[in-house]
Amino acid sequence: MTTLTAPVPLPTPGLIEPEHALTLLRQMLLIRRFEEKCAELYSLGKIRGFLHLYIGEEAVAVGAMQALTEEDGIVATYREHGHALARGMPAGALMAEMFGKANGCSRGRGGSMHLFDAGRRFFGGYAIVGGGLPIAAGLALADRLQARPRITACFFGDGAVAEGEFHESLNLAALWKLPVLFLCENNRYAMGTALERHQSQPNIAAKAAAYGMTGSQVDGMDVVAVEAAARRAADAVRSEGRPVLLELLTYRFRAHSMYDPELYRSKEEVAQWMTRDPVSTFTARLTETGVLTEAARSALESDVAAVIAAAVAEAEAGPLEPVADLLKDVESPRP
Amino acid sequence: MTTLSYREAVRSALRDALRGDPRVFLMGEDVGRYGGSYAASKGLLEEFGPDRIRDTPLSESAFVGAGIGAALGGMRPIVEVMTVNFSLLALDQIVNNAATLRHMSGGQFSIPLVIRMATGAGRQLAAQHSHSLEAWYAHIPGITVLAPATVADARGMLLAALRLPDPVVIFEHASLYPVEEEADEQGGPADIAHAVVRRTGTDVTVVTYGGSVGKALTAAARLQESGISAEVVDLRSLRPLDMETVLDSVKRTHRAVIVDEGWRTGSLAAEVSARIMEGAFYELDAPVARVCSAEVPIPYAKHLEDAALPQPEAIVEAVTALRARRG
Amino acid sequence: MPAVAEFVMPALGADMTAGRLVTWLKHPGDTVTRGDIIAEVDTDKGLIEVEVFTSGVLEKTLVEPGTKVPVGTPLAIIREPGEAPAPAAAPAPTVAEVRARVSPAARRLAAELKVALATVPGTGPDGAVTLDDVQQAAGKVEAPEAATAGRGERMRQAISAAVTRSKRDIPHYYIGHTIDLGPATAWLTEQNRERPVARRLVHGPLLVKAVALTLRDFPELNARWVEGRAAPSVDINVGLAISLRDGGLVAPALHHADRLSVDELMASTLDLVERARAGALRSSELADPTITVTILGDRGVDTVYGVIYPPQVAIVGFGTVVERPWVVDGGVVARRLVRATLAADHRVSDGHRGALFLAAVAGRLQDPACL
Repeated sequence: MTTLTAPVPLPTPGLIEPEHALTLLRQMLLIRRFEEKCAELYSLGKIRGFLHLYIGEEAVAVGAMQALTEEDGIVATYREHGHALARGMPAGALMAEMFGKANGCSRGRGGSMHLFDAGRRFFGGYAIVGGGLPIAAGLALADRLQARPRITACFFGDGAVAEGEFHESLNLAALWKLPVLFLCENNRYAMGTALERHQSQPNIAAKAAAYGMTGSQVDGMDVVAVEAAARRAADAVRSEGRPVLLELLTYRFRAHSMYDPELYRSKEEVAQWMTRDPVSTFTARLTETGVLTEAARSALESDVAAVIAAAVAEAEAGPLEPVADLLKDVESPRP
Repeated sequence: MTTLSYREAVRSALRDALRGDPRVFLMGEDVGRYGGSYAASKGLLEEFGPDRIRDTPLSESAFVGAGIGAALGGMRPIVEVMTVNFSLLALDQIVNNAATLRHMSGGQFSIPLVIRMATGAGRQLAAQHSHSLEAWYAHIPGITVLAPATVADARGMLLAALRLPDPVVIFEHASLYPVEEEADEQGGPADIAHAVVRRTGTDVTVVTYGGSVGKALTAAARLQESGISAEVVDLRSLRPLDMETVLDSVKRTHRAVIVDEGWRTGSLAAEVSARIMEGAFYELDAPVARVCSAEVPIPYAKHLEDAALPQPEAIVEAVTALRARRG
Repeated sequence: MPAVAEFVMPALGADMTAGRLVTWLKHPGDTVTRGDIIAEVDTDKGLIEVEVFTSGVLEKTLVEPGTKVPVGTPLAIIREPGEAPAPAAAPAPTVAEVRARVSPAARRLAAELKVALATVPGTGPDGAVTLDDVQQAAGKVEAPEAATAGRGERMRQAISAAVTRSKRDIPHYYIGHTIDLGPATAWLTEQNRERPVARRLVHGPLLVKAVALTLRDFPELNARWVEGRAAPSVDINVGLAISLRDGGLVAPALHHADRLSVDELMASTLDLVERARAGALRSSELADPTITVTILGDRGVDTVYGVIYPPQVAIVGFGTVVERPWVVDGGVVARRLVRATLAADHRVSDGHRGALFLAAVAGRLQDPACL
């Protein structure tokens, strides 16, 4: 009953600023290579716990993040390396976090699933599916009550759509006209359960209508399309002061986590989606249009490799939090 | 000092907090037009308007989570979850998010959120509306759990909670709302770091909290008639526990009975008992005893409900059994 | 395996909490064999010869004669055969208090006030020693009359503690059964016809034998109440209540009474009475009874309502054997009868079983040749 169809790409703007295009490519490449390194380090035992890779979905985080200002807030999921890197969090702090080191972005308290950066208003990775949506509504409520012109971007997967918190939060945000940009990364699987097997209405964007909210779909494998759609949606949230749901049709190339034999999908399906790899298709497009030369591509790869090597070195060299500080930050210091 | 009801005390604290800090707002089911399920927020909508007295949909997880988000966003939200029974629908937000975010972010974020909820049985509301799950929350590192047992504490603890930068859950025993006592309507924040001796005594320490404090005091008065002098300690803060006050008392009386409306298994009473063993074992002149709710979903019929809950008679019996038999 | 064994102040009865070592009968270097009497201990119930349960060489004594120590205190070290002597001067073990029910606070106060907990009667829940008890005991130690209390008074105190505990903790029930001793009396007359006066049998051993044999079928009456439950005993050791001339009472064991012949029981009874009155009972005789039989026939009473001796769970009483009218086959005849009673712990057994027990005892006495 599962039909295997790739989403139809939405029309994308024909021309983009070459410099910006290279920035998008660089960010996607950084995420791709960073995560490939993570997988390697995981197999070496340097990274432990759960490691959920974003490979295949880079265009979503990178494209969507272009629509946000420094003042906007971000709530992400447990598959959030891409969002953190696209938000500008240093690769070294992320890698150190995954190593469980004190110089990690959460001082080794969070690991891969719980990356935080107060300065960049990155409010973290939430590892209970759907758990971040009410938080995003609350952040937006605070902004609204304080009359600040911010929006909150809330990333979540298609699995979260089955949670009560999705419906409660969309209802609340629409009811209270909260400036939330709900970004559903529909990678077609809730862990191993295909969209058609967990949603009675697999068009997630259509659910927005039930809350009187605007909802739309975009090709999540096309970074330019994502950016354009995200900008339109973010502008609507900002200008109209009401939430918008944007569904980003994407695909996870790697297994759900490192320990997943992928019994639930076929290699052919993965291969078909990989023909639409956001990194390689965008690279090809920039090469064809003359924006990217082979030399520039090579330099970009070396540059990214150097950033990752430095991140690993930073993580390796980082100190461990003293066990004496185990109970630190459970609560704020009391007088 | 004026005569004030528990619910008026909560309301006066809410009002003062809303007046004193523009970041404070109240949200929850029927807190606005309805005036609060227990009328704690009656009249506040008129004074503060719908932005700050927010009626929510019946979405416990969403509005508690929104409280967490609003706290992250710089507000000082007070979330009223109508009763502890409904708070189970928001456990994910309280336990997985509110309690963890500060630690999980390496100290980057704190959640100055106050969650109020009614708790307890005794009004023939049957099994789904009679929970006393304070112990579940007191189990969780990262949240502070308070149980005001007096009118003064109903006000003072809410004010104190609002001063903490971390999440606080306040349990208001539903049977206490109509209780009237002399209290200072302008009273300041309570000292939530300390338990309080509500009645002094020399023969046995009765440790309790919330809605059981009154029952313990009734029992102590009856015990006095039989020549037994019972000291009653009101824990007030269920997390963290002020064991110093408890242990000081036990070291004087050498006997302890813990009264807890929660079920005995895995209860706060079990925790307090264990800590007495750890901290005052060599002071004990008798085993620590517990008076808890019977291990049954709280039944509707009055006589059965009464039998299921800790009552003064059971407290008197437990204390008497601990006392040495003389001749 | 431990090469050495501690010889400890034995618990000779439920109410014995301490004893004073009077004499060492064996000395360091002596070989001792399981069952040997190696010391004499003065208790509230008299001087008791204490036997050893380990064979080996008495390596060293740890307690000087004249010292009163709690039950369980190591008194000597016995090295088992074939083991080299321990290196010299291992520190003598300190006094180990018996794990009686003592509240933690009372235990600490007793240590501070140097009150031997073993001497403190407990009045708390389940007989636990409480703070007040220790304080009272501390006061009592200072009182001169307590210090000089004679053996009679101390025995009275011990009996008092035991019966108080019994009546407080044990829910007794009482039942009685009148037993026709016609056949038994006839059998005794027959037996005694050929015997010299010194070897003549009396009713007592016969009654004890009947009780002991019947107990094989009623394990719930031949038991000890330990830590909240009854532990039936494999051995049937009948404690025989013996009154002492200068007042007081002991109930030493007739070990394995069910396996002794009536003749052996007769001899053992005479021996026990003699030694009890001389204050020369063996430790195991005081510690081992699993039930008590009290025969008050000499004093002309009809019926005995016994007090159970904890931790036992039953006591059987017999009154005077007396000739009374008795209906047999519709006609009144003169018969020698005895009133047997059972006081038993209702936590352990019920009246129904108790009644069956007394009926079974009565049944056995109708066929004395089988006893």
